[in-house]
Amino acid sequence: MNGAGRVLSSLAALVYALILAPIAIVVALAFSADNFILFPPSGYSLRWFRALSTHGPLLSALWLSVQIASVVTLLSLVIGVPAALALAKGRFSGRDALTNFFLAPLLLPTLITGLALLLFFTPLRLTATLPGLVLGHMTVTVPFVIRMMTTAFSTLPDDIEAAAATLGAKPWRVVRRVTLPLVTPGLIACAETVISLFLSGPRAATLPVEMVRYVEGRTDPLIAALSVVLIVATLIVVVIVERLVGIARAVGK
Amino acid sequence: MSDARLKWLLLPAALFVLAIYAWPTLGLFRNAFNETGPTGAMVETWSLKTTAEVLEDNFTFDLTLNSLWLSLSATLLALAMSYPVALFLFRTNSRFRGLLAVVAIMPMLISGVVRVFGWLAILGDRGLVNSLAQSFGLISAPMKLVFNWTGVTIGLAESIMPYMILALLAGFGQLDRTLEEASRSLGATPMRTFLRVTLPLSLPALALAAGLGFVLSMSAYITPKLLGGGRVFVLATEIFEQATTNTNWPMASVLAIYTLVLLLLLLVTSNLAARGLKR
Repeated sequence: MNGAGRVLSSLAALVYALILAPIAIVVALAFSADNFILFPPSGYSLRWFRALSTHGPLLSALWLSVQIASVVTLLSLVIGVPAALALAKGRFSGRDALTNFFLAPLLLPTLITGLALLLFFTPLRLTATLPGLVLGHMTVTVPFVIRMMTTAFSTLPDDIEAAAATLGAKPWRVVRRVTLPLVTPGLIACAETVISLFLSGPRAATLPVEMVRYVEGRTDPLIAALSVVLIVATLIVVVIVERLVGIARAVGK
Repeated sequence: MSDARLKWLLLPAALFVLAIYAWPTLGLFRNAFNETGPTGAMVETWSLKTTAEVLEDNFTFDLTLNSLWLSLSATLLALAMSYPVALFLFRTNSRFRGLLAVVAIMPMLISGVVRVFGWLAILGDRGLVNSLAQSFGLISAPMKLVFNWTGVTIGLAESIMPYMILALLAGFGQLDRTLEEASRSLGATPMRTFLRVTLPLSLPALALAAGLGFVLSMSAYITPKLLGGGRVFVLATEIFEQATTNTNWPMASVLAIYTLVLLLLLLVTSNLAARGLKR
């Protein structure tokens, strides 16, 4: 018997077609010449990419997201990596409880975290500011970095001296090749839309927030053009990570 | 470095989680005891008035039913689609396995707004499904597939599928190939083998994936908001409305805690079910 039966393979192929359908259609729409969402488009052009390159609100939102993503990634590594090292290598009582404490923010829905942060930041006048948005995103990225890096550090030799000898190599390779490529573009394009929605104001909107506003107000192919740009960026990252480490190994069996 | 000194490395992260996560979450619980005055301004107090208001309101009951029903249908739809993919990925010895796994979890890596936009193009009045159906003469007027419950259910099912596929793959560990081969070699048809061996063995994985999908659906905001077009009301959309548009923080906090309690009950149930099925 081969790996998967014929019936199973065809069923899986069908579902794959469904998974890919929205993405394929967004790509086709980005090159549409129409003024609204019509599928298939009546003609093809690059007009929506041109419109995108002059769309002020989306471009400034993109810039804000790039700034947030860089600061958040840097700070999350500075805070998360030492904690992960201690959690993976230290032998002290309460280590498991501490690990759970650090990963707790990943358990609650971001809707709840976003609300809690809105209530906390408003009296401090931190909503719709760069520091507020950075701190808000870090509630998700710091635990994420800690989880990833704890696993990375755990595979090092248990003897601290021996571990220190390989410190420069392995964990930093994980930082460079997994954490950075996964966290930074993810933060720009999609991660934590909900937290952003809670903490953004009219003056400071991140890219996902501006996209939500745009889709709520109008339905023309401009967002499709922006999506293509984001999808291409994501694909490049995924391919790089897959080549270097293998997402399949990172996520499953 | 001694273990005692190693502990100091935890300090920055601990301070961060305490100050920016634990303290604000406590603040949310504190807010649930406040009241909203007649002018709409918040009154700081320790009362259960807001909680009583929320629990006595028939709208809360409707929202709960809406949330539960939407999550149930999205989870079942996603489960039916994730199962073949997960089983396929678990079994295949194709050299493209890694690539196929990435494609299966790709929706997770793409912005929710982008995927919603894709569904608008497929299910909208002038979208793919309606233009195909009209050109074949199946329908005369476009079917309403978005900005209603149908669209939200489809979009939500797609968005939770990657998580469910990963959960299924993790749970398939005990799915022993040799049992299926034994069943086949003893003369059972492939269908019978699936129903009597494969499916029962994957029940714990299915229960866990369903639990995860349900929890994710209950707290999803973007999909109900955008694909619902303002016509789909669930607990998540109401929490956001109360917090931002109405700035009724006590109400938003009570609703958030109410949703959390529901989620906890659901998680405990699904874990108990998964454990029961393992025996």
